[in-house]
Order: sequence, then C-alpha cells, then structure tokens
Amino acid sequence: MAKDSAPGRCPDINGGAMAWLAKDFQPEYRTIRSKNRTKSVYEARVTSEEISKLASQAAINEVDAPHSLVVRFPESDPLLMDAGVPVAPLTIAYQTYGTLNAAKSNAVLICHALTGDQHVANVHPVTGKGGWWETMVGPGKPIDTNRYFVICSNVVGGCMGTTGPASLNATTGKPYGLDLPVVTIKDMVRAQAKLIDHLGIDQLFCVAGGSMGGMQVLQWAALYPDRVFAAMPIAAAARHSSQNIAFHEVGRQAVMADPEWNGGRYFENGAKPSKGLAVARMAAHITYMSDEALHRKFGRKLQDRSAPTFSFDADFQIESYLRHQGSSFVERFDANSYLYVTRAMDYFDLAADYDGSLARAFKGTKTRFCVVSFTSDWLFPTSDSRAIVHALNAGGASVSFVEIETDKGHDAFLLDVPDLLATTKGFLDAAARARGIAAAGV
Amino acid sequence: MTEAQRHTGDEAIRADARVDLLLIADMVQRNSRVLDVGCGDGTLLRLLSEQRGVDARGMELSQRGVNDCVAKGLSVIQGDADIDLSDYPDDGFDYVILSQTLQATRHPRRVLEQMLRIGRRAIVSFPNFGHWRIRKQLMFHGRMPVTENLSYAWYDTPNIHFCTIRDFVGLVEDIGADIERGVALNRYGYPVRVNAPWWVWNMFGEQGVFLLKRRG
Repeated sequence: MAKDSAPGRCPDINGGAMAWLAKDFQPEYRTIRSKNRTKSVYEARVTSEEISKLASQAAINEVDAPHSLVVRFPESDPLLMDAGVPVAPLTIAYQTYGTLNAAKSNAVLICHALTGDQHVANVHPVTGKGGWWETMVGPGKPIDTNRYFVICSNVVGGCMGTTGPASLNATTGKPYGLDLPVVTIKDMVRAQAKLIDHLGIDQLFCVAGGSMGGMQVLQWAALYPDRVFAAMPIAAAARHSSQNIAFHEVGRQAVMADPEWNGGRYFENGAKPSKGLAVARMAAHITYMSDEALHRKFGRKLQDRSAPTFSFDADFQIESYLRHQGSSFVERFDANSYLYVTRAMDYFDLAADYDGSLARAFKGTKTRFCVVSFTSDWLFPTSDSRAIVHALNAGGASVSFVEIETDKGHDAFLLDVPDLLATTKGFLDAAARARGIAAAGV
Repeated sequence: MTEAQRHTGDEAIRADARVDLLLIADMVQRNSRVLDVGCGDGTLLRLLSEQRGVDARGMELSQRGVNDCVAKGLSVIQGDADIDLSDYPDDGFDYVILSQTLQATRHPRRVLEQMLRIGRRAIVSFPNFGHWRIRKQLMFHGRMPVTENLSYAWYDTPNIHFCTIRDFVGLVEDIGADIERGVALNRYGYPVRVNAPWWVWNMFGEQGVFLLKRRG
C-alpha cells in the first residue's frame, strides 16, 4: 500500500509552498535585489547568477523533496512501463485544490503539458510565479475549485517530484539518468491511474489538458473509458506528427551536443547542459507562437538600443525574449527530463494500439468529449483535432468541437482566451448537471 | 420601421420558427439518433432531446453558435455542411436534419446525398422561391425578390442556391430517395391545406418541409 508523505512536508498547497518560499527562498532573493540597486553593473550580473544558482538549487530540491503532496508506491507495487521494464519504487508528486465530495464524483484530473508540472494554481516553488493554469482553475473559474476537487500530478519522467531521470535509482543509489526506461504517454496515464486509485476515486468527473496534456486525456478516455465521465483534450493530437517529432529531435540534439551533458550523467560532475537545454527551449518556444503574434509583440523592434550594433548581440527584442525564455527554463527544468518527456510525445500514436483505427479506440464510449483547437496553432493544427472528432463521431461518442479564433498560437490554451474559458465553463456546467454534482456553494 | 413594428416582426419570425421546428420535431421518432446540420443556437436540438428523448447532435458553422450550444450542454461540432459531412460514418444516425440551410450550401445535391448516407432518413426545410410574392416581385418589379423571410439583397445574400418546392421534389427524384412526408408552410409557419395539389403548395407555401427516406 502506498504511503503519503509525512504531514508537514507540504500538506496544503498555499500553506506549504508559500511558507517555504517565504522562509527559504524569498529573503535571499530580496537581499540580492536590494543589493542590486546600489551595486555596479558588474556586481549586478554576479548577483543575477547567484539568483540563477539559487533557483537551480531549488529545482534540484524539487526532485527529491518536492513542495507537493507525495505518494510513494513501494517496490512491491511497480509501474509496468511500455518499454517492458517495471519502475519501482514509484513516487508521484501532486497537488489538489478544492474538496472531494462524499460521493467522490467531483474529481477533475488535469494533465500538464511538456514543460508544465503539478503547480496548476499555486505559486511555483522554484520560479515564485503563479500557477500555469490560473486563468482556468480556481474559485469561480471555469474549473471551479469551489465545486470540483482538482488533481494534477507531475508526469513520470518529469523533474518536479515524480519519478524521473533525476530521481534516485534504488538499485544504484544514484540518479537514474538515462537508465530510466523510456517513458510513454500511456505510462504517464497508468501512473496517474495509480494515484487516482490511491485517492479512492472510481470515476473522474473530467480529465482535461492541453497539448501533451491533451494526449494524456485521449489516452485516459481510450484506456479507462468507464473512469472518465467527461474529457477535454485541448490543442492536442491523437498522434505526434512528423514535423513535431522533427522539432523535438532538434531540441534533444541541442541538449546532447552540449559537452556538459556527459551522456546524461552531468549530475556526477555537478554541472548541467544549460546551453543546450536553453537552445532547445528557444527553438521550441518559437513553435508555440504564431508568426502574427510574434510580429505584433516584437516586430523588428530593437532591444534597448536605437541602431543595430553590427554584432551578434541580441539586437532584436525577439532575440532577447528567446534568450530569456531559454535561460529561465534551465533553472527549473532537468535536461534529461526534457529528453524523456519529448520522447513520450513522439511515441504517441493512439490508433496504433487499436489496429490503426482511432475510431476503435473510442468505440462505444460513454464519455462526453469537448475537443478544442485554435486557428493560429500550427504545432497542433485544427486538422489534428478534427481527426479526433472524426474518430469520436465514427465511434458514436458524444462530442463537441470548437475551433477558437485567436492569433496566440499553440500557447493559447494557457492564456486568457475568453472563448476557451466560456467553452470550458459551458461544457463542464452541463456535464456536472448530468453527473448530479452540486453547484458551488450549495 | 418603428421600434414597435420591428419588435412585432421579430416576434412573428420567432413564432414562425417555433412552428417550423415543432413540425420537424414531430417527424422524428422518439428516442432516435439525430444529427442537426446547421443547428444555430441549438433550439431544435434542445427541443428534440428534452421533449422527444432524442440523442441529438449538431453541426454549426459559426463559432458563436457552437459556443452557445456547448454552453447549453449540447454536443455540437464546428463544421461546414459542404465539407465536414463526409467525416461521418454511414448510418451513424436515424435522421439528419437540414433546417433552412440547403439554399446556403455550395453543393446542395452533394449535401443531400451525404445526409442520406449518414442517416436512413433526412428532414429538409427550405424557403420556397416559387411563392407568389417572390414571383410577383420578379414579374412586376423586375428585381431580385427581398421578402421578410429572405431579407438579403442579391449581392450580399448567403443564399446562393434557391429552389422552388417543385425543384426540390425533382432533385429528390434525381438522387433516388422517397418522400415520406411533405408539408408546405404559409408565411406564419402553419401548413398549407394538406389535400391541396402541388401547384398550390408551390404558389402559397413560403417554405417546404420534407421527410426523405433512402431507397433500399
């Protein structure tokens, strides 16, 4: 039987992570910032490195001692991976919001995307920023934590507390590195199912997520149709396209080409392939935005200068922005995790498990689906969502499909897009009525 | 037009729509599976599912319409009748409904054939271009007709494939389907006398509503 971590570790989200932030992290951060104001430019740069080091340290801590709820499945209860190898012991770090009702019928599982984590709607313990889906999840939000019991766990292969390449391998006593079996979307979902079992929930009211989260939603609906009352895959696909595999490969090659990567055993040298991972993030970040939005936001504007410098500095604002995205990413994300999780997406082809027929994956399903895509998303274009809808229709499923007009690209699912929020609220409210879940505050 | 007149006009159209939709709903067997193509804000879907226990699904072109439907808890897909019907499997539904949309499709014949592939039966309602008011406008004014129910000028109308009730019956024969029921509605949405001959319908019906069945 799995055991929850000792109380006091982080029993409640706001209390736990916030208290830790206030105690351990923020004071030093504040000191550095206040020094900043009086010190020279050179010293300011040093202090920004200090900040970065602190944040990296925090990220490393999150692997073994996450500021989350944690469930540990013992050696006797392994996760059987698609790669044919069991992983044990298995740790799953997760967050919950709201209260599970007596009938246990109001649980919403949120599946996070490639570089997301379980910190959906609370201050992030490493970055100090708000949760990644605070537009969607919270009291009075479309996924209303006054009405639903919201769960989000870090995926297997991640680096925020769930077993991943940076976690300790019980057999060697060292971090797994590349000894962790390659992870698939189905492995992630099976691990989540273990968590849901552990929480004593038979059927989830809804499973929702965007991008890789949407892939998990589809896998949930196909693998455990009776355990999913409603499903919301957003900006997702039932298989990763060749183009997307190509982008991921560029990212992985950037990581592996960094000499600090050291065959995945960089932790042994106390180093990490920051440059490679930053380049991977920069390249990926471009794919999350639309050309139109990039041009609107940055155009050809120069960064803190009035003319080009005739050098390879970040003259353009877009360059400076991407460099910032890259460098802040490496502070919170493990390079090997990036390899594993991108690989999981590449291997995803739901139809392959059903003789090549996606319709068969959903045949006879009772789950209600709401599929959402965005007009300017070229990474997971509307045609991918339509293929899902087509299969669901062929399988006779109850499905709604909305293509939302926006220029915000793939990232639109994370942003304040009123049509997305309204669609989600409408879909969930109606499904909750059908499921007999009491309205908030009743 | 005064505010009061406009209001009365709106009311009339709404009353019109109700009768039209009730008539369509009447043609549908209880507890059957229905796809409503061009379902708008989902009024008919709701009517079908709440009053006739129908498993009702919809397709709608406008994002606003789809959002309204999803917010009401209806299963609606954003799609275009001309393009996306081909995604549905054969015999996925008992009925496929196309209400006041046929004249706005690019390929009415293909749409009709798709409907009868997806469902054994199809219900189609459309404005009758053979109505005497329309004939009168063209004959005496020499201009493209603009009526209360067809209020667009020729250059901005979404209705690109008008037909008369007779034209429609001819098309149904061409594609080899049977007419199980046919009703012509007057301008208030009520059926024109049932035993009237075809030419009366074609003259006095403002819209036609037909229940079609695939042969074989």
